[in-house]
Amino acid sequence: MSAASVQEAVSQAHRNEWARLVASLTRRFGDLDIAEEAAAEAFATAVVRWPADGIPPNPGAWLTTTAGRKAIDRIRRESKRDDKQREAQLLYDDDPPSPAEAVDDERLRLIFICCHPALALESRVALTLRMVAGLTVPEIARAFLASEAAMGRRITRAKAKIKAARIPYRVPSAEDLPARVSGVLYVLFLVFNEGYLATGHDTDPVRHDLIAEAIRLARLIHVLLPQDGEAAGLLALMLLTEARRAARISASGELVTLAEQDRGTWDATLIAEGHALVRERLAAGVAPGRYQILAAISAVHTSARDVRHTDWSQVVALYDQLVSLDPSPIIALNRAIAVAELDGPEVALAAVDRLEGKLAGYHAYHASRADLLRRLGRGQSSRAAYDKAIELAGNTAETAYLIRRRDELA
Amino acid sequence: MQYLVSVIDDKSGSGTPEEGAAIDAFNERLEAEGHWVFAGGLAGPESATVIDNRGEEAIFTDGPFVESKEYLGGFWIIEAADLDVALKLAAAGSKACNRRVEVRPFQ
Repeated sequence: MSAASVQEAVSQAHRNEWARLVASLTRRFGDLDIAEEAAAEAFATAVVRWPADGIPPNPGAWLTTTAGRKAIDRIRRESKRDDKQREAQLLYDDDPPSPAEAVDDERLRLIFICCHPALALESRVALTLRMVAGLTVPEIARAFLASEAAMGRRITRAKAKIKAARIPYRVPSAEDLPARVSGVLYVLFLVFNEGYLATGHDTDPVRHDLIAEAIRLARLIHVLLPQDGEAAGLLALMLLTEARRAARISASGELVTLAEQDRGTWDATLIAEGHALVRERLAAGVAPGRYQILAAISAVHTSARDVRHTDWSQVVALYDQLVSLDPSPIIALNRAIAVAELDGPEVALAAVDRLEGKLAGYHAYHASRADLLRRLGRGQSSRAAYDKAIELAGNTAETAYLIRRRDELA
Repeated sequence: MQYLVSVIDDKSGSGTPEEGAAIDAFNERLEAEGHWVFAGGLAGPESATVIDNRGEEAIFTDGPFVESKEYLGGFWIIEAADLDVALKLAAAGSKACNRRVEVRPFQ
């Protein structure tokens, strides 16, 4: 068997089985640390054994058995410790284990415990990427420009709090579910955004690994909670954004705006899947939340053959709906950008200028002003706004785009 | 599992009769649902004395151990199955006493 095919089998098993493995180990041994370590050891063993022994017919079962043995070994090693103390540290789980329960529910438990609101937001993101997505600590550290040691401590602290404060390992009650799901979706949204518009002057403008993980987890949540409209909305939003990936960054590493993108390079399969989800939500007839509205806006853009065919009144109407749900100045800014296409740059500029008090430190505020001022022929003011935007922008491709635009001003 | 619910205050003796009544009602609920362990309101930090008897003789210092704008105004000790239950009770406690609260598990 070729080394490449074994390696591919291990990576595929990692993608398909990691979360399931960690979730079932956590359930069985009541401890996130033991589950994480045993799962990692099982994959390390697979890397050594599979080339010699061949890929097992059922990799998931092989990994479960191997990881279970590793966990028991560790517990035996530690059994010298006071049993009572160890028991006190086990995760609290008040549901009796039931063999009939769907395995998928265990992955949901894992997601909910990692995204618990009592954990700091950045810890939720890190813990979800480690425990659910299976990224290594160095990978997560790189993604968020933190040192490995700091990221390791963050994850360790979060696991310690889960134990000490007894954060339960269960799917929240129906009453709490909507708020908790929205917390999970927000974590995935952050992961996706960091991938889509990566921060840092020395990093790639797009972090494909983070995008791929965010989409994979959003798919999982959508499969596990098919009735949740926002989960479907977030997945659709990610797919419709990812569909434009190839067109978004030019060969010279510059951000390409929606208006200038080569729509022929958009991914038709992802667009079809995203549109189907948006249509499904429309048909559900339930008032949409923010991700569903954002997905609908993306659907309008990806339905237009070219920028001139964009249904801007539909886009503005959707933003109006979004503003009524979320009065944040960033939404108001995006609405103003759409208004420029419908009512002209002068009306849009007035709306953008009203946001100065809240958005003066946000690069996109200055970039939008710069663009509107340029369209209004106010070169000098536009240049000053570009300067400010360049100073504040954190994404390499966006900075390159802003510099070119500024330097093109007469 | 027991949790300490600390009431964060910034002004001593600032409780109103409405807050007092809401706290009584919350305490009754804690007792009725089996969560009650203990609770109490504290006098202001100006009434505190710090004692250090690690050396040869006890040293008494007037005032709280840390000077800050916010301090412990009172507390509940509750019995709860897990943090989710404790957080819900603490949220109701915060509403009743009209103050921010902090939840911490006992070891």
